[in-house]
Amino acid sequence: MAKQIRIALRNCGVIDPERIEDYIARDGYMALASVLTDLSPEAVIEILKKSGLRGRGGGGFPAGIKWEITRNVVADQKYVVCNADEGDPGAFMDRSILEGDPHVVLEAMTINGYCTGASRGLIYIRAEYPLAVERLKTAMGQSRSMGLLGENILGTGFNFDIDIRYGAGAFVCGEETALIHSMEGLRGEPTVKPPFPSVEGYLKKPTNVNNVETFANIPIIINKGWKWFSSIGTEKSKGTKVFALAGKINNVGLIEVPMGTTLREVIYEIGGGIQYGKAFKAAQTGGPSGGCLTVKHLDTPIDYDNLIAAGSMMGSGGLIVMDEDDCMVAIAKFYLEFTVEESCGKCSPCRIGNKRLFELLEKITQGNGTMDDIDKLRNLGTVIKETSLCGLGQSSPNPVLSTIDNFPEEYHEHVTGKKCRSKVCKSLMQYLVVADKCIGCTLCARNCPVDAISGERKQVHFIDQSKCIKCGACMDKCKFNAIIIN
Amino acid sequence: MAKLETANALMELREALKEKGAALSQANSPLSTIQVKVTMATCGIASGSKPVFEFMKDELSKRNIPAKVTQVGCMGFCYAEPTIEITIPGKSPVIFGYVNLKKADEIIEHFIRKGEEIEGSIQINYETA
Amino acid sequence: MNMVKLIIDGKHVEVPENTTLLKAAKTVGIDIPTLCYFELKDMNIENRPGGCRVCVVEVRGRRNLAPACNTMVAEGMEVFTHNIRVLNARRTVLELILSDHPAECLTCSKNGNCELQSMAQQLGVREIPYAGEQSKYRKDTSPAIIRDVDKCIMCRRCEMMCNDVQTVGALSAVNRGFMAVVAPAFEMNLEKSTCTYCGQCVSVCPTGALTEVDHSRNVINSLADPAKTVVVQTAPAVRAALGEEFGLEPGTLVTGKMVAALRRLGFDYVFDTDFAADLTIMEEGSELLDRLTRYLKGDKEVKLPILTSCCPGWVNFFEHNFPEMLDIPSTAKSPQQMFGPVAKEYFAKKLGIDRKNMIVVSIMPCLAKKYECQREEFKVNGDPDVNYSLSTRELAHLIKQSNIDFNALPEEDFDNPLGASTGAAVIFGATGGVIEAACRTAYELYTGKKLEKVDFTELRGLENIRHATLDFDGLPINIGIAHGLGNARKLLEDIRAGKSQFHAIEIMACPGGCIGGGGQPYHHGNSEIIKQRSAAIYREDSGKPIRKSHENPFIQELYREFLGKPLGEKSHHLLHTHYFDKSVGDFIEE
Ligand SMILES: Cc1cc2nc3c(=O)[nH]c(=O)nc-3n(C[C@H](O)[C@H](O)[C@H](O)COP(=O)(O)O)c2cc1C
Ligand code: SF4
Ligand code: SF4
Ligand code: SF4
Ligand code: SF4
Ligand code: SF4
Ligand code: FES
Repeated sequence: MAKQIRIALRNCGVIDPERIEDYIARDGYMALASVLTDLSPEAVIEILKKSGLRGRGGGGFPAGIKWEITRNVVADQKYVVCNADEGDPGAFMDRSILEGDPHVVLEAMTINGYCTGASRGLIYIRAEYPLAVERLKTAMGQSRSMGLLGENILGTGFNFDIDIRYGAGAFVCGEETALIHSMEGLRGEPTVKPPFPSVEGYLKKPTNVNNVETFANIPIIINKGWKWFSSIGTEKSKGTKVFALAGKINNVGLIEVPMGTTLREVIYEIGGGIQYGKAFKAAQTGGPSGGCLTVKHLDTPIDYDNLIAAGSMMGSGGLIVMDEDDCMVAIAKFYLEFTVEESCGKCSPCRIGNKRLFELLEKITQGNGTMDDIDKLRNLGTVIKETSLCGLGQSSPNPVLSTIDNFPEEYHEHVTGKKCRSKVCKSLMQYLVVADKCIGCTLCARNCPVDAISGERKQVHFIDQSKCIKCGACMDKCKFNAIIIN
Repeated sequence: MAKLETANALMELREALKEKGAALSQANSPLSTIQVKVTMATCGIASGSKPVFEFMKDELSKRNIPAKVTQVGCMGFCYAEPTIEITIPGKSPVIFGYVNLKKADEIIEHFIRKGEEIEGSIQINYETA
Repeated sequence: MNMVKLIIDGKHVEVPENTTLLKAAKTVGIDIPTLCYFELKDMNIENRPGGCRVCVVEVRGRRNLAPACNTMVAEGMEVFTHNIRVLNARRTVLELILSDHPAECLTCSKNGNCELQSMAQQLGVREIPYAGEQSKYRKDTSPAIIRDVDKCIMCRRCEMMCNDVQTVGALSAVNRGFMAVVAPAFEMNLEKSTCTYCGQCVSVCPTGALTEVDHSRNVINSLADPAKTVVVQTAPAVRAALGEEFGLEPGTLVTGKMVAALRRLGFDYVFDTDFAADLTIMEEGSELLDRLTRYLKGDKEVKLPILTSCCPGWVNFFEHNFPEMLDIPSTAKSPQQMFGPVAKEYFAKKLGIDRKNMIVVSIMPCLAKKYECQREEFKVNGDPDVNYSLSTRELAHLIKQSNIDFNALPEEDFDNPLGASTGAAVIFGATGGVIEAACRTAYELYTGKKLEKVDFTELRGLENIRHATLDFDGLPINIGIAHGLGNARKLLEDIRAGKSQFHAIEIMACPGGCIGGGGQPYHHGNSEIIKQRSAAIYREDSGKPIRKSHENPFIQELYREFLGKPLGEKSHHLLHTHYFDKSVGDFIEE
């Protein structure tokens, strides 16, 4: 059985998240203690840089370098922000960490404060995570009363405290500049980078933004050393990644695997294979704006760079598995619908372009597409990616582009054959009566809500395609399997 | 909770807690006890782990089985929630999935009390750092 | 300053660090198209949201294209501003914008003056391949401004003007994604918001999404009505800008041609708001002196500083935002509204006609005046003192419609008696001008001496907030000046905090003063135009034989014949007003 290694999740499911003693018994706050008493900020940053830890929130920016940049900016006040917005539909890695091991985030943020010179931390968390918020608050209360947060931490004279800020659930507010504006009470929309938050962030002060999972890796790297951490993973992607497995896979859940694990291992060994023994078709990584990986990628080691090369991205760690019953055009449309909803509307390519992508996909799934539309999708998708202001628009066409690249035949079938092989696109389906099997029982005709079926008793029945709304009632009712979908 | 004035105080506390924790699982320790961990993250609670947690706490004590029942975060087996982990001193922990009250009762009676192997255990497929 | 070397389109460029690619390219004659980017150089006004993305360029080594307006130069950078990849992306982005834009150019008031339209032309867009649903919004008409935001391209210039420059905050982005648009909060009507009608949003909107309410039809109808005597007044700033609409150099003074054009349009009397400006000085200057003397005598009732009140945008602003300070501004009406009653109560009587049969039209650089002339307190039995206020732009349209070859017109003089004015009145059009004019008169009235140096150059300029101390024969008078409401807010907050050192403050809502008003010909972000208009105004002043308001013989006659004395009974009734607390009322109504 392929190994999962739990680093970020090491305490999840092990300790009682509401008891600081449990955390301390598992070496909790030891990293903070050793950092505050034995290590200079530079030394800690050096450890992180050598460890090769990259941001787990999507971008994969080296954590040590980010800390160093924030440290090097001279300012009277700096901030540490934990990005716990987690807006990808179906993703719950960060929530699980906060619910199962809240102290690790507090400890890591405090270490970050020490290294960057910040005395205040802010956790931006979606208001839809009440349990995580509760546990964070409990944890903050405990660590404050034990002198692990607040004034004069562990008697070292270092001060650091943390506040919670609530997000209203807009996906784009997970983008760090939008997140900062939202905390400032402004409209939650991204601004052009540079300046990066590390240089000019919350209230125009240097602000180190890291993701929950990134933070969860920090204390143990300090405890176990960068060598240990960098021995796990691939050359350019060190450590592990937590994924939320979802879709047509048997063992839906949270997994944490070393970088470099293949998709095959994830799906067949850890995930228990595809439901009902069906064939694997694709896996979507990187959330709604990731791309899909296909059979040809099954043995590609998963890491930041390979995913990008495959037209997708790591994102925050959603991994949705699709089987032979999924229509890739419909999948692309589904994701586009999400981005159209979630675009902030600030820049024209994303605001209007994604809408147009969606409309083109809709046209194709309704059987009205042309080959020209596929070219349009490709050009528009490329332009949106390369001209959009923030990561949302820069990646939102991925589902379209990668499905066109990997499943061109499905697009062609929809367009030229007016056919959806997965029988998902309703407009392209035809319910037909098989003359040989129909005994003329009239059951279908009596159940059709729009009277599309005609035929005398004991005669073969007929479905009027112009009336049929493709509800499938006839097929469900027929006892003789005389109705099929074409 | 007392304020920790120095890093050393934290280390001492950790050692004490570690020893106590280790003692819980040792077969021959005076402190040893059965440990039950119930997954109480959003996914677990949504699948009904709260009543299971209450049930384990109440029933174990009603049935005079000394045990420490705690809530923990997500173990990752979302497809099989609610999940609980049982550690009998001296033995490796065992995780059960799809635990409802009936299953919980079976776990108490057969797995814990009688030491029988029962269905529904989930193999732990990870290593923890 | 550190210099950075880079290559743009094969040309070597050397510019200071922190220069954008857009500006760096300009230094070597490469003009990268922009839509959302907007700057009024030297006036501290910049809009750089990086939202339209038509300015994208390729930077070697970068995965994505970079917005030139928001990307800083770096040593050794290699930039391509119009290779095939860039051109395709830029055109596609523009096609997208156009796909969500109503193609109504033929009937759009921005036709021929629209930045989106010219960009489509520049990039040679001939069809829109990405047609689809268009975002639709309710059209919103206020007393001065029409919001037709189906035409909004989300450049956010108006938002920047209204929030950052004016600190009014009436406009901001609302909704998300495809339905995102700039609107008042909760998409309520502008009229219900705290909008001051300064019109600065209109003056920067690149499209027809924000335009003025057009009253030229009403004016044409009045002119055609034989029963009406139609009188027109023209504000000082108009003559310094109108020529631009007819291809003349910015800063060309067209006073005489303007008068000629108005006569040809059929106005019965072509008068000058400058006359009323002189009158304003008489009233406001006297009020200043009155308050000052009482203050110096130790009268605790008197509040200083006194604030000018001739800008209706500014009046709206303090009514909304500083309701507890309504007793600080001068009670003198704006020149537009002083002209109204003088025309209808004095001149109409002179002519022997009923005020109802006189139509007063004003030509203004301003949109707030459209609102101002509709205010209830400026009506007599429902008859407004000023019937219609047209912007400089509307006047230009009227002239064009009437087949008048403006440039071929002779120079003509205003009619009397309400057409005579002094240099002091002309400078009302530029920031600092009102207070300079007031000081010219106040000095002489206060000291009883002749003012030798008429030009108070220390009060001029485009600096956001200026101050100067004038010597009134040994008495130092502290003057403050702010243009742009954000700057005004700073001075007001000082007053509120009791920290203000000023005796008198002039405030103009529009950057640059009325020359930069919301009704002026579009400057499209060229601050040189505003500077040229300002220069023209001061040129007109220095060329005038009389340069102090109290020396205007017709003003003297008006007081003799009709008004009595400044601040007198009749003046009080006709030329002064009072202010209202509008801080919350507007909100609650809806
Ligand atoms: C549209 C969009 C949504 C994002 N959402 C999240 C999120 O929910 N959580 C997160 O940690 N990062 C999110 N990010 C990435 C953040 O901008 C940022 O890169 C990250 O928080 C930095 O932390 P890291 O370096 O530890 O990954 C998002 C980015 C984009 C463009
Ligand atoms: S890419 Fe989309 S989400 Fe990002 S700034 Fe542009 S419109 Fe907003
Ligand atoms: S705003 Fe410009 S492009 Fe749009 S209809 Fe008016 S003139 Fe045409
Ligand atoms: S007119 Fe002035 S106050 Fe009103 S919305 Fe426009 S900029 Fe704002
Ligand atoms: S209304 Fe005009 S200025 Fe305002 S965002 Fe829209 S297009 Fe730009
Ligand atoms: S500054 Fe002039 S143009 Fe602007 S609002 Fe005031 S009076 Fe009108
Ligand atoms: S002009 Fe650069 S993004 Fe609009």
